[in-house]
Amino acid sequence: MIQIDRRSFLGAACSAAAAPLLTPVRLAAAEGENRLVTIILRGAMDALGVFAPLEDPNFRALRPTLGHGAPRGGYINLSDGFAVDGRLAPLVPMWRRGELAVAHAVSTPYRGKRSHFDGQDMLETGVGDVADIGDGWLNRALARIGGRELETAIAVGDRAMLLTQGAAPVRSWAPGASLTLKDDERRLLTRLYADDPLFANAAAMAADLSDLGADGGGAAGDPNIRVAAYAATRLSEEARIAAFSINGWDTHAGQRHALNRPLRALANALTSLRDGLGPAWERTLVVSMTEFGRTARENGNKGTDHGTGGAAILAGGALAKAAILGDWPGIAEGDLYEGRDLRPTMDVRRYPAWALHALFGLDRAALETAVFPGLDMGPAQRFIA
Amino acid sequence: MAQLAPGAGFADDLGGPTVGERTAMFRAFAKARRAAKTSGDRSQLRAERRAIEQMHRRDRERRILTPLRSPYGFFERLAWFWADHFAVAGRDLRARALVGRFEADAIRPHIAGSFRDLLRAAALHPAMLVFLDQNRSVGPNSRVGLKRGRGLNENLAREILELHTLGVGAGYTQDDVREFAELLTGVSFAMEGGRLTFLPNRAEPGAEIVLGKSYGGGAPRLEDVYLALDDLADHPQTARHIARKLAVHFTADEPDAALVAHMEAAFLRSGGDLPSVYGAMLEHPASWSAYGAKVRQPFDFAVAALRAIDPDDRELDLIGERKNGERRLAAALDAMGQPVYRPPGPQGWREASAHWITPQGLTARLRWASHLGRTMERRLDPRDLLRTALGDSAREATRFAAVNAAERWEGLAFVFASPEFNRR
Repeated sequence: MIQIDRRSFLGAACSAAAAPLLTPVRLAAAEGENRLVTIILRGAMDALGVFAPLEDPNFRALRPTLGHGAPRGGYINLSDGFAVDGRLAPLVPMWRRGELAVAHAVSTPYRGKRSHFDGQDMLETGVGDVADIGDGWLNRALARIGGRELETAIAVGDRAMLLTQGAAPVRSWAPGASLTLKDDERRLLTRLYADDPLFANAAAMAADLSDLGADGGGAAGDPNIRVAAYAATRLSEEARIAAFSINGWDTHAGQRHALNRPLRALANALTSLRDGLGPAWERTLVVSMTEFGRTARENGNKGTDHGTGGAAILAGGALAKAAILGDWPGIAEGDLYEGRDLRPTMDVRRYPAWALHALFGLDRAALETAVFPGLDMGPAQRFIA
Repeated sequence: MAQLAPGAGFADDLGGPTVGERTAMFRAFAKARRAAKTSGDRSQLRAERRAIEQMHRRDRERRILTPLRSPYGFFERLAWFWADHFAVAGRDLRARALVGRFEADAIRPHIAGSFRDLLRAAALHPAMLVFLDQNRSVGPNSRVGLKRGRGLNENLAREILELHTLGVGAGYTQDDVREFAELLTGVSFAMEGGRLTFLPNRAEPGAEIVLGKSYGGGAPRLEDVYLALDDLADHPQTARHIARKLAVHFTADEPDAALVAHMEAAFLRSGGDLPSVYGAMLEHPASWSAYGAKVRQPFDFAVAALRAIDPDDRELDLIGERKNGERRLAAALDAMGQPVYRPPGPQGWREASAHWITPQGLTARLRWASHLGRTMERRLDPRDLLRTALGDSAREATRFAAVNAAERWEGLAFVFASPEFNRR
């Protein structure tokens, strides 16, 4: 029934190995030349440690072992007293070219419980209250982008991503897995699933994927690079919007070591997008967001616990300039939210909202009611060129 | 309910080496690591690591074989549910050493008992303490905390409240999390022997207030942790959370509200007696009208397929592509997105059908179905498999595909691939 050729077999093995760190890329087409990539950093990235206010003396007190002078990696200065974790060094050339910005001290409206699962659901559904969690904001935005024509099925995903779930069809893909069927096998399978839409749709997409050769190359290597490179290829063609996740940011203990993998994954994903998009990188914005930040103080295990204020990382040629964006609250004792977390001073949803406005012409009323219900977009943000 | 009778022998089948034997292996690894630092010779270190990884592979294999051989189907499904409710994952080498013993020690003996006992055993098992960093949490004002500047880790406290007992929607606060974390300081386990221990030197002094009730205040002791866990187990929000979660797993992604209420009432009335809660579920008509609403998760799918085949050891070797003396049954579950003993986090596996029947997930099922078909085609006939695997539930389209497939193995594969075999 299914031909297990060497290429797809290797691909499947590779994607299984990738599972802990990465979820599939989702894509959709839209009119125009602008491109938006959303990356969900799952597990709550330690914004304060990754983009550190190194010149603030409080930082050293809050992070006696994790902060400045730590044995490996070190920091690279950006601006305004902030420095980036040295493991993101591959992104520094982007910063120098004005293609990287950090929106600091941001968060969703989620407060109090600091649950990953609620936090991620809030981030992906874009709502103002846990009670309103439904479909994904990117899906609602797609439904409002003019003249969009969705791609034919190209994609295989090993799990659903709330961000893109909803009425508008979105294709998904993950490294590995394609379904090669002979004609008569396909006919029997179609008949087998005729009465069960869940199975019928999944099988049809899997078969279409192999028709399109989307398993392309099937090369081994860093799955983050493969996902980003695949997204870049599709975005260079008809797709205009893509989304995927990078996991592994929940660093309760031994944070310096624990951040090796997700930081490398993030650097690889962004540089692969840039390299793969070529000239289209100029018209691309990548928004990387995380469900919340982590505690300002390191905990008893050289790690950090669930916090509130975090950071969004913006990248791409569509950016106006390199900058530390937002309204920095400070990290002195009295500045901290509930005495423990970086204080969020801006709703993180403003960044994707203004990006959708600038890149795809979504109007403010729709963004503040339908896409991000209850969001006040505030004064115009000029982070996009 | 007769299936729940304890002492059936299957509680122990999962076991493998004891926790003490497992911590001894990890200590040997840690010792080899220290020795390698000074000598530069890493051969012993590699050998110790290989021994743990090999044990972990055997644990994974055994986790699949146990329900395959067990005559107690409902007990096995409950074991899966509770091990997932109290999810622990083999994230690093030490966690991988311990995870294979968690279910045998902490879950299976209490499935037919009270939720209190289950909670005590699961939340404080060494595998859980390692997985959620509790063994590293130190009261900031404890002797160790003051002397070495070490501090609190909230991870276990938060997940007990959010995932194991009350549920995230319940009315607890960040203060409750912190105070409960302080109460939990001192809970640890001995690397020698692997037993649960309480280390007063690490325990935060003074009373802690969790959900408005004060615990401790005298000399720190494990008993105060148990008191707080018992109160959490008895909490009405816990009854609601557990009732709903069972109903979601066993009946439908969006379960019938009356069914959940009926189970919740049984939990409260019986003081968390689990067989009473299962009984309430099984006696309610909504449990039976939802048939087919759930998609089998990959583990359930794989076990059901193997049970339908009923392979002997030689056939299992073929199915598991035995190589270098080891079967690799667990590899099929890796490909299907549900690697044994590696849930994505403390929240366990997702329940929604749409999460599992994705293009990639279905492709992996179809590949494995094909593999089973090719492996078994000389012994099994698709028409027989239709009867044994599906019985009366086989649909016309499945009969047609099974009978009209070009080859015998394809016919077998279509039965395993059918929607009715992948649903329950």
